[in-house]
Amino acid sequence: MNAEAGRVRSLLDYYVTRGRTQIQAQFQYRAATYFWLIGMLAEPIVYLVVWTTIAEQQGGSVQGITTGEFAAYYIVWTLVRNMNIVFTPYGWEWRIREGQLSAALLRPLHPLHEDLAGFAGWKVVTILLWLPIAALLWLAFDPVLDPTLLEVGVFSLAIWGAYLIRTMFLSSLGMITFWTTRVSAIFELAIALELLLSGRLVPLPLMPGWAQEVANVLPFKWSFYFPIDALVGDLSRGELLGGLAMQLLWIVVLTGLTMVVWRFAVRRYSAVGN
Amino acid sequence: MRRTVRLGWLFFRIGSMNELQYRANFLIQLLQSAVAVGTALVVLALVYSHTEELNGWSQPELLVVMGIQILLGGVIRTTIQPNMQRLMEEVRDGKLDFALTKPEDSQVLVSIREVRIWQVVDVASGAAVLAYGVSGLERGVSISDALLFLAMLGVGAITIYCFWLIVATLAFWVVDTWSIMELLDGVYQTGRWPVSIYPLWLRLGVTFIVPIAFAITVPAEALTSRLEWGTIALAVGFSATLFVVTRYWWRFGLRRYSGASA
Repeated sequence: MNAEAGRVRSLLDYYVTRGRTQIQAQFQYRAATYFWLIGMLAEPIVYLVVWTTIAEQQGGSVQGITTGEFAAYYIVWTLVRNMNIVFTPYGWEWRIREGQLSAALLRPLHPLHEDLAGFAGWKVVTILLWLPIAALLWLAFDPVLDPTLLEVGVFSLAIWGAYLIRTMFLSSLGMITFWTTRVSAIFELAIALELLLSGRLVPLPLMPGWAQEVANVLPFKWSFYFPIDALVGDLSRGELLGGLAMQLLWIVVLTGLTMVVWRFAVRRYSAVGN
Repeated sequence: MRRTVRLGWLFFRIGSMNELQYRANFLIQLLQSAVAVGTALVVLALVYSHTEELNGWSQPELLVVMGIQILLGGVIRTTIQPNMQRLMEEVRDGKLDFALTKPEDSQVLVSIREVRIWQVVDVASGAAVLAYGVSGLERGVSISDALLFLAMLGVGAITIYCFWLIVATLAFWVVDTWSIMELLDGVYQTGRWPVSIYPLWLRLGVTFIVPIAFAITVPAEALTSRLEWGTIALAVGFSATLFVVTRYWWRFGLRRYSGASA
Protein backbone atom coordinates (compact mmCIF):
# COMPACT_ATOMS: atom_id res chain seq x y z
CA MET A 1 0.00 0.00 0.00
CA ASN A 2 2.76 2.36 0.95
CA ALA A 3 4.71 1.53 -2.17
CA GLU A 4 1.61 2.21 -4.24
CA ALA A 5 1.16 5.61 -2.61
CA GLY A 6 4.79 6.41 -3.31
CA ARG A 7 4.38 5.47 -6.95
CA VAL A 8 1.38 7.73 -7.34
CA ARG A 9 3.20 10.57 -5.63
CA SER A 10 6.26 10.28 -7.84
CA LEU A 11 4.05 10.12 -10.92
CA LEU A 12 2.23 13.24 -9.78
CA ASP A 13 5.57 14.87 -9.20
CA TYR A 14 6.61 13.97 -12.74
CA TYR A 15 3.44 15.50 -14.19
CA VAL A 16 3.88 18.74 -12.28
CA THR A 17 7.53 19.08 -13.24
CA ARG A 18 7.08 18.14 -16.88
CA GLY A 19 4.03 20.38 -17.16
CA ARG A 20 5.84 23.30 -15.59
CA THR A 21 8.91 22.94 -17.81
CA GLN A 22 6.66 22.85 -20.85
CA ILE A 23 4.88 26.01 -19.70
CA GLN A 24 8.20 27.79 -19.38
CA ALA A 25 9.49 26.43 -22.67
CA GLN A 26 6.38 27.29 -24.66
CA PHE A 27 6.02 30.69 -23.09
CA GLN A 28 9.27 31.68 -24.76
CA TYR A 29 7.64 31.23 -28.15
CA ARG A 30 4.73 33.57 -27.53
CA ALA A 31 4.94 35.20 -30.96
CA ALA A 32 5.01 31.87 -32.79
CA THR A 33 2.08 30.62 -30.75
CA TYR A 34 0.14 33.76 -31.61
CA PHE A 35 0.72 33.44 -35.33
CA TRP A 36 -0.43 29.91 -35.04
CA LEU A 37 -3.53 30.76 -32.99
CA ILE A 38 -4.49 33.47 -35.47
CA GLY A 39 -4.00 31.11 -38.42
CA MET A 40 -6.38 28.71 -36.75
CA LEU A 41 -9.03 31.40 -36.41
CA ALA A 42 -9.78 31.42 -40.12
CA GLU A 43 -11.67 28.13 -39.92
CA PRO A 44 -14.22 29.04 -37.22
CA ILE A 45 -14.63 32.58 -38.51
CA VAL A 46 -15.49 31.29 -41.97
CA TYR A 47 -18.08 28.86 -40.58
CA LEU A 48 -19.44 31.53 -38.29
CA VAL A 49 -19.86 34.02 -41.11
CA VAL A 50 -21.49 31.45 -43.38
CA TRP A 51 -24.06 30.39 -40.78
CA THR A 52 -24.66 33.93 -39.62
CA THR A 53 -25.40 34.89 -43.22
CA ILE A 54 -27.90 32.06 -43.55
CA ALA A 55 -29.51 32.87 -40.20
CA GLU A 56 -29.93 36.49 -41.20
CA GLN A 57 -31.49 35.51 -44.51
CA GLN A 58 -34.03 33.45 -42.61
CA GLY A 59 -35.02 36.05 -40.09
CA GLY A 60 -32.40 35.51 -37.41
CA SER A 61 -31.99 31.79 -36.81
CA VAL A 62 -31.30 28.38 -38.34
CA GLN A 63 -33.03 25.44 -36.65
CA GLY A 64 -33.56 27.60 -33.60
CA ILE A 65 -29.92 28.67 -33.35
CA THR A 66 -29.68 32.46 -33.41
CA THR A 67 -26.81 34.53 -34.80
CA GLY A 68 -25.67 35.37 -31.28
CA GLU A 69 -25.62 31.70 -30.37
CA PHE A 70 -23.64 30.86 -33.50
CA ALA A 71 -21.12 33.50 -32.48
CA ALA A 72 -20.87 32.05 -28.97
CA TYR A 73 -20.53 28.54 -30.39
CA TYR A 74 -17.65 29.35 -32.68
CA ILE A 75 -15.82 31.54 -30.17
CA VAL A 76 -15.86 28.77 -27.56
CA TRP A 77 -15.00 26.45 -30.47
CA THR A 78 -11.58 28.13 -30.76
CA LEU A 79 -10.66 27.13 -27.21
CA VAL A 80 -12.01 23.60 -27.48
CA ARG A 81 -10.19 23.16 -30.78
CA ASN A 82 -6.96 24.06 -29.02
CA MET A 83 -7.66 21.59 -26.26
CA ASN A 84 -8.07 18.98 -28.99
CA ILE A 85 -4.55 19.45 -30.29
CA VAL A 86 -2.42 16.61 -28.98
CA PHE A 87 0.45 14.38 -29.99
CA THR A 88 -0.56 13.09 -33.44
CA PRO A 89 -0.02 9.76 -35.20
CA TYR A 90 2.50 11.64 -37.34
CA GLY A 91 4.40 12.19 -34.13
CA TRP A 92 4.32 8.46 -33.46
CA GLU A 93 5.43 7.81 -37.01
CA TRP A 94 8.41 10.11 -36.50
CA ARG A 95 9.16 8.60 -33.11
CA ILE A 96 9.36 5.11 -34.53
CA ARG A 97 10.97 5.84 -37.87
CA GLU A 98 13.73 7.90 -36.28
CA GLY A 99 14.24 5.51 -33.42
CA GLN A 100 13.31 8.19 -30.88
CA LEU A 101 11.26 5.68 -29.00
CA SER A 102 14.37 3.82 -27.87
CA ALA A 103 15.28 6.53 -25.38
CA ALA A 104 11.70 6.79 -24.16
CA LEU A 105 11.54 3.04 -23.56
CA LEU A 106 14.58 3.17 -21.31
CA ARG A 107 12.78 5.43 -18.87
CA PRO A 108 10.83 3.83 -16.05
CA LEU A 109 7.66 5.53 -17.28
CA HIS A 110 5.26 4.83 -20.09
CA PRO A 111 5.93 7.30 -22.94
CA LEU A 112 2.27 8.34 -22.83
CA HIS A 113 2.91 10.12 -19.56
CA GLU A 114 5.42 12.35 -21.26
CA ASP A 115 2.92 13.32 -23.96
CA LEU A 116 0.09 13.84 -21.52
CA ALA A 117 2.04 16.00 -19.12
CA GLY A 118 3.90 17.94 -21.79
CA PHE A 119 0.87 18.85 -23.86
CA ALA A 120 -1.11 19.67 -20.74
CA GLY A 121 1.55 22.23 -19.81
CA TRP A 122 1.39 23.69 -23.29
CA LYS A 123 -2.41 23.93 -22.98
CA VAL A 124 -2.05 26.21 -19.99
CA VAL A 125 0.00 28.62 -22.13
CA THR A 126 -2.49 28.34 -25.00
CA ILE A 127 -5.44 29.12 -22.75
CA LEU A 128 -3.69 32.22 -21.38
CA LEU A 129 -2.76 33.47 -24.84
CA TRP A 130 -6.23 32.66 -26.14
CA LEU A 131 -8.01 34.98 -23.68
CA PRO A 132 -7.17 38.27 -25.50
CA ILE A 133 -8.12 36.69 -28.82
CA ALA A 134 -11.46 35.62 -27.37
CA ALA A 135 -12.01 39.18 -26.14
CA LEU A 136 -11.43 40.55 -29.65
CA LEU A 137 -13.75 37.97 -31.21
CA TRP A 138 -16.31 38.89 -28.59
CA LEU A 139 -16.22 42.52 -29.69
CA ALA A 140 -16.29 41.63 -33.38
CA PHE A 141 -19.13 39.11 -33.37
CA ASP A 142 -21.38 39.98 -30.45
CA PRO A 143 -22.15 36.54 -29.01
CA VAL A 144 -24.99 35.59 -26.67
CA LEU A 145 -23.50 33.70 -23.76
CA ASP A 146 -25.12 33.44 -20.38
CA PRO A 147 -23.89 30.34 -18.59
CA THR A 148 -24.82 29.27 -15.09
CA LEU A 149 -22.16 28.54 -12.52
CA LEU A 150 -22.70 24.80 -12.98
CA GLU A 151 -22.25 25.12 -16.74
CA VAL A 152 -18.99 26.98 -16.26
CA GLY A 153 -17.83 24.27 -13.87
CA VAL A 154 -18.78 21.43 -16.19
CA PHE A 155 -17.16 23.24 -19.11
CA SER A 156 -13.87 23.69 -17.24
CA LEU A 157 -13.82 19.96 -16.52
CA ALA A 158 -15.07 18.93 -19.94
CA ILE A 159 -12.29 20.70 -21.87
CA TRP A 160 -9.77 18.55 -20.01
CA GLY A 161 -11.93 15.49 -20.59
CA ALA A 162 -11.86 16.39 -24.27
CA TYR A 163 -8.08 16.67 -24.08
CA LEU A 164 -7.81 13.16 -22.63
CA ILE A 165 -10.24 11.60 -25.11
CA ARG A 166 -8.41 13.13 -28.05
CA THR A 167 -5.00 12.13 -26.71
CA MET A 168 -6.09 8.54 -26.22
CA PHE A 169 -7.88 8.39 -29.56
CA LEU A 170 -4.86 9.66 -31.48
CA SER A 171 -2.47 7.52 -29.44
CA SER A 172 -4.36 4.37 -30.32
CA LEU A 173 -4.25 5.44 -33.96
CA GLY A 174 -0.57 6.21 -33.54
CA MET A 175 0.07 2.63 -32.43
CA ILE A 176 -0.58 1.60 -36.04
CA THR A 177 2.83 3.02 -36.87
CA PHE A 178 4.40 0.03 -35.16
CA TRP A 179 3.14 -2.08 -38.06
CA THR A 180 3.39 0.43 -40.89
CA THR A 181 5.44 3.59 -41.00
CA ARG A 182 2.93 5.18 -43.32
CA VAL A 183 0.10 6.26 -41.13
CA SER A 184 -1.24 9.20 -43.10
CA ALA A 185 -3.94 7.39 -45.08
CA ILE A 186 -5.78 5.98 -42.07
CA PHE A 187 -5.18 9.14 -40.11
CA GLU A 188 -6.66 11.38 -42.81
CA LEU A 189 -9.78 9.26 -43.03
CA ALA A 190 -10.26 9.25 -39.26
CA ILE A 191 -9.80 13.00 -39.12
CA ALA A 192 -12.35 13.53 -41.89
CA LEU A 193 -14.86 11.41 -40.01
CA GLU A 194 -14.11 13.31 -36.85
CA LEU A 195 -14.44 16.66 -38.63
CA LEU A 196 -17.98 15.81 -39.71
CA LEU A 197 -19.23 14.10 -36.58
CA SER A 198 -17.58 16.08 -33.77
CA GLY A 199 -19.32 19.41 -34.21
CA ARG A 200 -16.17 21.05 -35.52
CA LEU A 201 -17.77 21.76 -38.87
CA VAL A 202 -21.24 22.75 -37.72
CA PRO A 203 -23.19 22.53 -34.47
CA LEU A 204 -24.48 18.95 -34.50
CA PRO A 205 -28.21 19.87 -34.52
CA LEU A 206 -27.67 21.16 -38.06
CA MET A 207 -26.66 17.70 -39.25
CA PRO A 208 -29.30 15.30 -40.59
CA GLY A 209 -30.90 13.09 -37.94
CA TRP A 210 -29.12 9.87 -38.88
CA ALA A 211 -25.73 11.57 -38.71
CA GLN A 212 -26.54 12.74 -35.20
CA GLU A 213 -27.41 9.16 -34.27
CA VAL A 214 -24.04 7.99 -35.54
CA ALA A 215 -22.30 10.81 -33.68
CA ASN A 216 -23.91 9.68 -30.45
CA VAL A 217 -22.11 6.34 -30.47
CA LEU A 218 -18.69 7.70 -31.45
CA PRO A 219 -16.20 9.46 -29.16
CA PHE A 220 -15.77 12.56 -31.34
CA LYS A 221 -18.84 14.40 -30.14
CA TRP A 222 -17.71 14.12 -26.53
CA SER A 223 -14.36 15.71 -27.19
CA PHE A 224 -15.76 18.60 -29.17
CA TYR A 225 -19.46 19.31 -29.29
CA PHE A 226 -20.23 18.45 -25.69
CA PRO A 227 -17.80 20.91 -24.02
CA ILE A 228 -19.04 23.72 -26.26
CA ASP A 229 -22.67 22.81 -25.75
CA ALA A 230 -22.15 22.63 -21.99
CA LEU A 231 -21.19 26.30 -21.93
CA VAL A 232 -23.18 27.72 -24.84
CA GLY A 233 -26.25 25.52 -24.88
CA ASP A 234 -29.02 25.02 -22.40
CA LEU A 235 -28.40 21.55 -20.99
CA SER A 236 -30.15 20.28 -17.90
CA ARG A 237 -28.18 19.27 -14.83
CA GLY A 238 -28.69 15.62 -15.75
CA GLU A 239 -27.43 16.15 -19.29
CA LEU A 240 -24.39 18.03 -18.05
CA LEU A 241 -23.37 15.36 -15.57
CA GLY A 242 -24.32 12.58 -18.00
CA GLY A 243 -22.02 14.18 -20.56
CA LEU A 244 -19.13 14.13 -18.13
CA ALA A 245 -19.88 10.47 -17.45
CA MET A 246 -19.80 9.75 -21.19
CA GLN A 247 -16.45 11.50 -21.41
CA LEU A 248 -15.15 9.35 -18.58
CA LEU A 249 -16.43 6.24 -20.30
CA TRP A 250 -14.63 7.10 -23.53
CA ILE A 251 -11.45 7.97 -21.68
CA VAL A 252 -11.48 4.55 -20.05
CA VAL A 253 -12.34 2.70 -23.27
CA LEU A 254 -9.73 4.47 -25.38
CA THR A 255 -7.04 4.26 -22.71
CA GLY A 256 -7.75 0.54 -22.42
CA LEU A 257 -7.52 0.16 -26.18
CA THR A 258 -4.24 2.05 -26.29
CA MET A 259 -2.77 -0.06 -23.50
CA VAL A 260 -3.80 -3.35 -25.08
CA VAL A 261 -2.46 -2.43 -28.51
CA TRP A 262 0.69 -1.05 -26.89
CA ARG A 263 1.47 -4.46 -25.39
CA PHE A 264 1.50 -6.10 -28.78
CA ALA A 265 2.98 -3.11 -30.52
CA VAL A 266 6.02 -2.59 -28.38
CA ARG A 267 7.14 -6.17 -29.02
CA ARG A 268 7.32 -5.34 -32.70
CA TYR A 269 9.53 -2.36 -32.16
CA SER A 270 13.09 -2.73 -33.25
CA ALA A 271 15.27 0.27 -32.68
CA VAL A 272 16.59 2.20 -35.62
CA GLY A 273 19.62 4.45 -35.55
CA ASN A 274 21.58 5.12 -32.41
CA MET B 1 12.49 35.29 -71.68
CA ARG B 2 12.97 32.14 -73.76
CA ARG B 3 15.92 31.28 -71.59
CA THR B 4 13.75 31.59 -68.48
CA VAL B 5 11.10 29.32 -69.93
CA ARG B 6 13.73 26.75 -70.90
CA LEU B 7 15.25 26.89 -67.44
CA GLY B 8 11.83 26.54 -65.84
CA TRP B 9 11.07 23.52 -68.00
CA LEU B 10 14.40 21.96 -67.05
CA PHE B 11 13.77 22.35 -63.34
CA PHE B 12 10.25 21.06 -63.82
CA ARG B 13 11.56 17.93 -65.52
CA ILE B 14 14.21 17.25 -62.90
CA GLY B 15 11.77 17.85 -60.06
CA SER B 16 9.10 15.63 -61.62
CA MET B 17 11.50 12.81 -62.33
CA ASN B 18 12.67 12.96 -58.76
CA GLU B 19 9.14 12.80 -57.38
CA LEU B 20 7.93 10.17 -59.82
CA GLN B 21 10.18 7.69 -58.07
CA TYR B 22 7.82 7.75 -55.12
CA ARG B 23 4.64 6.32 -56.58
CA ALA B 24 3.06 5.57 -53.21
CA ASN B 25 2.92 9.31 -52.57
CA PHE B 26 0.57 9.59 -55.50
CA LEU B 27 -1.96 7.28 -53.86
CA ILE B 28 -1.70 9.11 -50.57
CA GLN B 29 -2.13 12.42 -52.34
CA LEU B 30 -5.13 11.00 -54.17
CA LEU B 31 -6.72 9.92 -50.92
CA GLN B 32 -6.00 13.22 -49.19
CA SER B 33 -7.46 15.11 -52.09
CA ALA B 34 -10.56 12.91 -52.17
CA VAL B 35 -11.11 13.39 -48.44
CA ALA B 36 -10.66 17.16 -48.74
CA VAL B 37 -13.06 17.44 -51.67
CA GLY B 38 -15.51 15.09 -49.98
CA THR B 39 -15.70 17.12 -46.79
CA ALA B 40 -15.97 20.34 -48.77
CA LEU B 41 -18.94 18.92 -50.68
CA VAL B 42 -20.57 17.77 -47.44
CA VAL B 43 -20.26 21.29 -46.00
CA LEU B 44 -21.82 22.71 -49.12
CA ALA B 45 -24.66 20.18 -49.02
CA LEU B 46 -25.26 21.04 -45.37
CA VAL B 47 -25.33 24.75 -46.07
CA TYR B 48 -27.77 24.36 -48.95
CA SER B 49 -29.99 22.00 -47.01
CA HIS B 50 -30.80 25.00 -44.83
CA THR B 51 -31.00 27.69 -47.49
CA GLU B 52 -31.58 28.27 -51.20
CA GLU B 53 -28.80 30.74 -51.73
CA LEU B 54 -25.96 32.25 -49.79
CA ASN B 55 -25.84 36.00 -50.19
CA GLY B 56 -27.04 35.68 -53.78
CA TRP B 57 -24.79 32.71 -54.65
CA SER B 58 -26.49 29.47 -55.66
CA GLN B 59 -25.03 26.04 -54.95
CA PRO B 60 -23.49 25.52 -58.43
CA GLU B 61 -21.99 29.00 -58.22
CA LEU B 62 -20.39 28.17 -54.88
CA LEU B 63 -19.07 24.93 -56.37
CA VAL B 64 -17.33 27.12 -58.91
CA VAL B 65 -15.72 29.17 -56.13
CA MET B 66 -14.71 26.02 -54.29
CA GLY B 67 -13.29 24.43 -57.43
CA ILE B 68 -11.15 27.47 -58.10
CA GLN B 69 -9.93 27.53 -54.51
CA ILE B 70 -8.90 23.87 -54.60
CA LEU B 71 -7.33 24.23 -58.04
CA LEU B 72 -5.33 27.29 -57.11
CA GLY B 73 -4.37 25.67 -53.82
CA GLY B 74 -2.93 22.82 -55.89
CA VAL B 75 -0.97 25.29 -58.02
CA ILE B 76 0.38 26.95 -54.88
CA ARG B 77 1.49 23.66 -53.35
CA THR B 78 2.94 22.34 -56.61
CA THR B 79 5.20 25.28 -57.34
CA ILE B 80 4.91 28.42 -55.24
CA GLN B 81 5.00 27.07 -51.70
CA PRO B 82 7.87 24.56 -52.09
CA ASN B 83 10.03 27.20 -53.74
CA MET B 84 9.30 29.78 -51.08
CA GLN B 85 9.88 27.27 -48.32
CA ARG B 86 13.23 26.32 -49.76
CA LEU B 87 14.11 30.00 -50.10
CA MET B 88 13.35 30.64 -46.45
CA GLU B 89 15.31 27.61 -45.32
CA GLU B 90 18.28 28.58 -47.43
CA VAL B 91 18.30 32.12 -46.10
CA ARG B 92 18.37 30.74 -42.60
CA ASP B 93 21.07 28.19 -43.34
CA GLY B 94 23.14 30.54 -45.46
CA LYS B 95 22.84 28.30 -48.49
CA LEU B 96 21.29 30.94 -50.69
CA ASP B 97 24.83 31.78 -51.83
CA PHE B 98 24.66 28.88 -54.25
CA ALA B 99 21.63 30.36 -55.98
CA LEU B 100 22.99 33.89 -55.98
CA THR B 101 26.26 32.99 -57.61
CA LYS B 102 24.58 31.38 -60.60
CA PRO B 103 24.52 33.43 -63.82
CA GLU B 104 20.74 33.86 -63.81
CA ASP B 105 18.33 36.37 -62.34
CA SER B 106 18.09 35.45 -58.66
CA GLN B 107 14.36 36.09 -58.31
CA VAL B 108 13.59 33.88 -61.28
CA LEU B 109 15.87 31.17 -59.99
CA VAL B 110 14.46 31.00 -56.48
CA SER B 111 10.96 30.86 -57.93
CA ILE B 112 11.35 27.87 -60.22
CA ARG B 113 13.69 25.44 -58.52
CA GLU B 114 11.17 23.17 -56.79
CA VAL B 115 8.17 21.25 -58.03
CA ARG B 116 5.92 18.86 -56.12
CA ILE B 117 4.38 17.04 -58.99
CA TRP B 118 1.93 14.90 -57.01
CA GLN B 119 0.15 17.97 -55.76
CA VAL B 120 -1.16 18.28 -59.29
CA VAL B 121 -3.87 15.90 -58.06
CA ASP B 122 -5.40 18.89 -56.29
CA VAL B 123 -5.36 20.87 -59.51
CA ALA B 124 -7.23 18.03 -61.19
CA SER B 125 -9.77 17.57 -58.40
CA GLY B 126 -10.29 21.34 -58.24
CA ALA B 127 -10.91 21.37 -61.97
CA ALA B 128 -13.39 18.52 -61.58
CA VAL B 129 -15.34 20.38 -58.89
CA LEU B 130 -15.20 23.48 -61.06
CA ALA B 131 -16.54 21.59 -64.09
CA TYR B 132 -19.29 20.05 -61.99
CA GLY B 133 -20.26 23.50 -60.75
CA VAL B 134 -20.21 25.00 -64.23
CA SER B 135 -22.42 22.21 -65.57
CA GLY B 136 -25.01 23.15 -62.95
CA LEU B 137 -25.05 26.85 -63.78
CA GLU B 138 -28.46 27.85 -65.08
CA ARG B 139 -27.16 30.57 -67.35
CA GLY B 140 -24.33 28.59 -68.87
CA VAL B 141 -20.95 30.09 -69.66
CA SER B 142 -20.25 32.13 -72.78
CA ILE B 143 -16.91 31.96 -74.59
CA SER B 144 -16.05 35.48 -73.52
CA ASP B 145 -16.80 34.62 -69.87
CA ALA B 146 -14.56 31.58 -70.12
CA LEU B 147 -11.71 33.56 -71.64
CA LEU B 148 -12.11 36.27 -69.07
CA PHE B 149 -12.04 33.59 -66.38
CA LEU B 150 -8.77 32.13 -67.65
CA ALA B 151 -7.24 35.59 -67.84
CA MET B 152 -8.34 36.49 -64.33
CA LEU B 153 -7.11 33.16 -63.01
CA GLY B 154 -3.69 33.94 -64.49
CA VAL B 155 -3.74 37.40 -62.95
CA GLY B 156 -4.77 35.85 -59.65
CA ALA B 157 -1.96 33.30 -59.75
CA ILE B 158 0.58 36.08 -60.37
CA THR B 159 -0.86 38.07 -57.47
CA ILE B 160 -0.59 35.07 -55.16
CA TYR B 161 2.99 34.39 -56.28
CA CYS B 162 4.00 37.99 -55.59
CA PHE B 163 2.38 37.89 -52.20
CA TRP B 164 4.17 34.69 -51.25
CA LEU B 165 7.51 36.01 -52.41
CA ILE B 166 7.01 39.18 -50.36
CA VAL B 167 6.26 37.09 -47.29
CA ALA B 168 9.11 34.66 -47.95
CA THR B 169 11.50 37.58 -48.37
CA LEU B 170 10.74 38.52 -44.78
CA ALA B 171 13.10 35.67 -43.98
CA PHE B 172 15.94 38.12 -44.54
CA TRP B 173 14.82 39.91 -41.37
CA VAL B 174 12.89 37.35 -39.34
CA VAL B 175 14.19 33.90 -38.58
CA ASP B 176 10.99 32.09 -37.65
CA THR B 177 8.94 32.15 -40.82
CA TRP B 178 7.40 28.74 -40.28
CA SER B 179 4.55 30.14 -38.23
CA ILE B 180 3.85 32.73 -40.94
CA MET B 181 3.37 29.84 -43.33
CA GLU B 182 0.89 28.25 -40.96
CA LEU B 183 -0.96 31.53 -40.74
CA LEU B 184 -1.19 31.85 -44.52
CA ASP B 185 -2.41 28.30 -44.84
CA GLY B 186 -5.24 29.07 -42.46
CA VAL B 187 -6.16 32.33 -44.11
CA TYR B 188 -6.25 30.69 -47.53
CA GLN B 189 -9.26 28.69 -46.34
CA THR B 190 -11.33 31.88 -46.38
CA GLY B 191 -11.15 31.75 -50.17
CA ARG B 192 -13.57 28.85 -50.24
CA TRP B 193 -16.47 31.28 -49.95
CA PRO B 194 -17.16 34.44 -51.93
CA VAL B 195 -15.54 37.31 -50.04
CA SER B 196 -18.74 39.33 -50.22
CA ILE B 197 -20.18 37.35 -47.30
CA TYR B 198 -17.47 38.50 -44.91
CA PRO B 199 -17.73 41.53 -42.64
CA LEU B 200 -16.00 44.62 -44.02
CA TRP B 201 -12.76 44.36 -42.01
CA LEU B 202 -12.24 40.78 -43.08
CA ARG B 203 -13.18 41.50 -46.68
CA LEU B 204 -10.61 44.29 -46.87
CA GLY B 205 -8.07 41.99 -45.22
CA VAL B 206 -8.49 39.13 -47.68
CA THR B 207 -8.56 41.55 -50.60
CA PHE B 208 -5.63 43.85 -50.02
CA ILE B 209 -3.50 42.34 -47.23
CA VAL B 210 -3.79 38.71 -48.33
CA PRO B 211 -5.02 38.96 -51.93
CA ILE B 212 -7.32 35.94 -51.86
CA ALA B 213 -10.27 37.85 -53.27
CA PHE B 214 -8.35 38.76 -56.43
CA ALA B 215 -7.13 35.21 -56.86
CA ILE B 216 -10.34 33.28 -56.27
CA THR B 217 -13.48 35.38 -56.05
CA VAL B 218 -12.69 37.50 -59.11
CA PRO B 219 -12.21 34.53 -61.49
CA ALA B 220 -15.36 33.00 -60.02
CA GLU B 221 -17.22 36.22 -60.73
CA ALA B 222 -16.01 36.01 -64.31
CA LEU B 223 -17.49 32.54 -64.74
CA THR B 224 -20.78 33.46 -63.13
CA SER B 225 -21.10 36.60 -65.27
CA ARG B 226 -21.09 39.04 -62.42
CA LEU B 227 -17.72 40.60 -63.04
CA GLU B 228 -17.69 44.37 -63.57
CA TRP B 229 -15.12 46.30 -65.57
CA GLY B 230 -14.15 48.24 -62.47
CA THR B 231 -13.20 45.02 -60.69
CA ILE B 232 -11.18 43.82 -63.67
CA ALA B 233 -9.26 47.09 -63.79
CA LEU B 234 -8.67 46.96 -60.04
CA ALA B 235 -7.47 43.34 -60.13
CA VAL B 236 -5.13 43.89 -63.07
CA GLY B 237 -3.86 47.16 -61.65
CA PHE B 238 -3.28 45.64 -58.24
CA SER B 239 -1.50 42.66 -59.70
CA ALA B 240 0.77 44.78 -61.90
CA THR B 241 1.64 47.10 -59.02
CA LEU B 242 2.32 44.19 -56.74
CA PHE B 243 4.57 42.62 -59.37
CA VAL B 244 6.73 45.75 -59.58
CA VAL B 245 6.75 46.18 -55.80
CA THR B 246 7.78 42.54 -55.37
CA ARG B 247 10.71 43.05 -57.71
CA TYR B 248 11.97 46.01 -55.68
CA TRP B 249 11.21 44.30 -52.39
CA TRP B 250 13.22 41.24 -53.41
CA ARG B 251 16.27 43.37 -54.32
CA PHE B 252 15.86 45.35 -51.12
CA GLY B 253 15.72 42.19 -49.04
CA LEU B 254 18.65 40.66 -50.87
CA ARG B 255 20.85 43.53 -49.70
CA ARG B 256 20.21 42.37 -46.15
CA TYR B 257 21.48 38.91 -46.93
CA SER B 258 24.97 38.45 -45.63
CA GLY B 259 25.33 34.75 -46.30
CA ALA B 260 27.04 32.38 -44.01
CA SER B 261 30.47 30.90 -44.03
CA ALA B 262 30.42 28.73 -47.10
